[in-house]
Amino acid sequence: MMELRDLYRDVIVDHNRNPRNAGRLEQADHEAHGDNPLCGDQLDITLQMEGDVIHDIRHQGRGCAISTASASLMSEAVKGKSRQEVENLFEQVHAMLTQANGPVPTELGKLAALAGVREFPARVKCASLCWHTLNAALAGQGRTISTE
Amino acid sequence: MLDVAKIRAEFPILARKIRNRPLVYLDSAASAQRPRAVIEAISGYYEQHHSNVHRGVHTLSQEATELFEGAREKVRRFLNAATHREIVFVRGTTEAINLVAQSWGSSQLGPGDEVLITWLEHHANIVPWQQACARTGATLRVIPIDRRGVVDQQAFREMLGPRTRMLAISHVSNALGTVLPVREMVAAARELGVTTLVDGAQGVPHGPVDVQDLGCDFYCFSGHKLYGPTGIGVLYAREAVLEHMPPWQGGGDMILNVSFEGTTYNELPYRFEAGTPNIAGAVGLGAAIDWFCALDHHAVAAHEAMLLAHATERLQQVPGLTLVGTAPGKASVVSFTIDGIHPHDLGTILDGEGVAIRTGHHCAMPVMKFFDLPATARASFAVYNTTAEVDALIDALGVAREMLG
Ligand SMILES: Cc1ncc(COP(=O)(O)O)c(C=O)c1O
Repeated sequence: MMELRDLYRDVIVDHNRNPRNAGRLEQADHEAHGDNPLCGDQLDITLQMEGDVIHDIRHQGRGCAISTASASLMSEAVKGKSRQEVENLFEQVHAMLTQANGPVPTELGKLAALAGVREFPARVKCASLCWHTLNAALAGQGRTISTE
Repeated sequence: MLDVAKIRAEFPILARKIRNRPLVYLDSAASAQRPRAVIEAISGYYEQHHSNVHRGVHTLSQEATELFEGAREKVRRFLNAATHREIVFVRGTTEAINLVAQSWGSSQLGPGDEVLITWLEHHANIVPWQQACARTGATLRVIPIDRRGVVDQQAFREMLGPRTRMLAISHVSNALGTVLPVREMVAAARELGVTTLVDGAQGVPHGPVDVQDLGCDFYCFSGHKLYGPTGIGVLYAREAVLEHMPPWQGGGDMILNVSFEGTTYNELPYRFEAGTPNIAGAVGLGAAIDWFCALDHHAVAAHEAMLLAHATERLQQVPGLTLVGTAPGKASVVSFTIDGIHPHDLGTILDGEGVAIRTGHHCAMPVMKFFDLPATARASFAVYNTTAEVDALIDALGVAREMLG
């Protein structure tokens, strides 16, 4: 049986209390809005690209500890990464969140703190909202994405 | 006094453990649990009596028909409806309101007409009316609420007018627990000849309802919130209104005669029950009504009021906690938020302590928007809950504050 401490690990509690890269980039060249209608979570991602690489990122919204911490951890992980690298990372995060007993790749670093979420299926969308929103921002559709 | 220990023993699920803790079920407003009497009525029906209803001459078909119609009679008595012709079996409150909004709405609404609802309606009493208005050109108007979650009666009186065709209101708000003055509101509407619908999903679980005393044209509820099965509910419709409504769905059971030249429709209420109904659900609902009506209703009301008072007092002592919905005379529902902890985290952490509450928008997004909240946590109390369970909720909130606060 999964313990709640495995879900709310110290890293998550810390990133929820003090989210990194919080706010909006005034000079953003990409942005997207994400909604999780089930929880009422909302998230705005703003990006500044340098060629193919994420030069800077901010996230702002309101959501639960899992979604806030996930956005914060993601923002640290993707800064300075190319689109292709972000895509690979997203695939690994997605696999970690949804595959019950799969190994957690060491390359994930701090993002591995979210591994406990997979024991709580109702909460997977909280952790993945930021990644879907980031994808929408990178795709430049500038539209609202929804987890539903 | 309600013998709560004896009542609890009748609910097998209450013996369950959740994450190695005794289950503390505080989500009965979403769906109540079922006593053994209901579970056995359903399995007994399937083991001994099942067949299709209204069609066969064989013994089982007659027994199934008698049980099904017997359940209708139990509902009639429960609501004090004048005749069984006014009791339509549906899937639940949602389907009941859709039936009215489509059948009554399409024949009675037109451009310039107004449908009045309140700000605290469940989506089930908003969306069908939006759709009906879109189809017919009628206008949906919303009666405001105040910061306590009380419906503004003065605004209601001002909005009620010659254009109003329908007043559709909750009996009790699921998100806030507010009990609406339905009798007075219905009376004011009827004086102007306005048709009235009461969404009783959260009304009936707290005590018997007399539709003739309420004076409404339609009253809807769901079996699963009344300790009965899912997938069965009731539309009460005053015969004088129902008989002028066009059929809703077409098919078997709702006809008397079908030829390719035309069809004559069956009498009430069967005209509104196309297809094989949820027979076992109706039987289970009948058993739930029998079970519920055998309780002492003054004792039930006193017990629920005591749980609500105890919960309210203890919750107010939790640092950072805000109660959402503070109407006087509330039903046994408490919605709240805690500073710095999202309701979804609360829900997950409480579940870890065995405490089941509801978190989210409670299918009442306009209410959440009114209070400028994305979501609330909601605990609701039923006949089988105890003060010790309220205390377990408070302890679990302490765990959440320690973990995330
Ligand atoms: C006030 C109210 N109306 C309508 C409904 C819808 O009931 P059902 O989902 O059983 O159709 C509910 C249930 O959540 C409710 O609380």
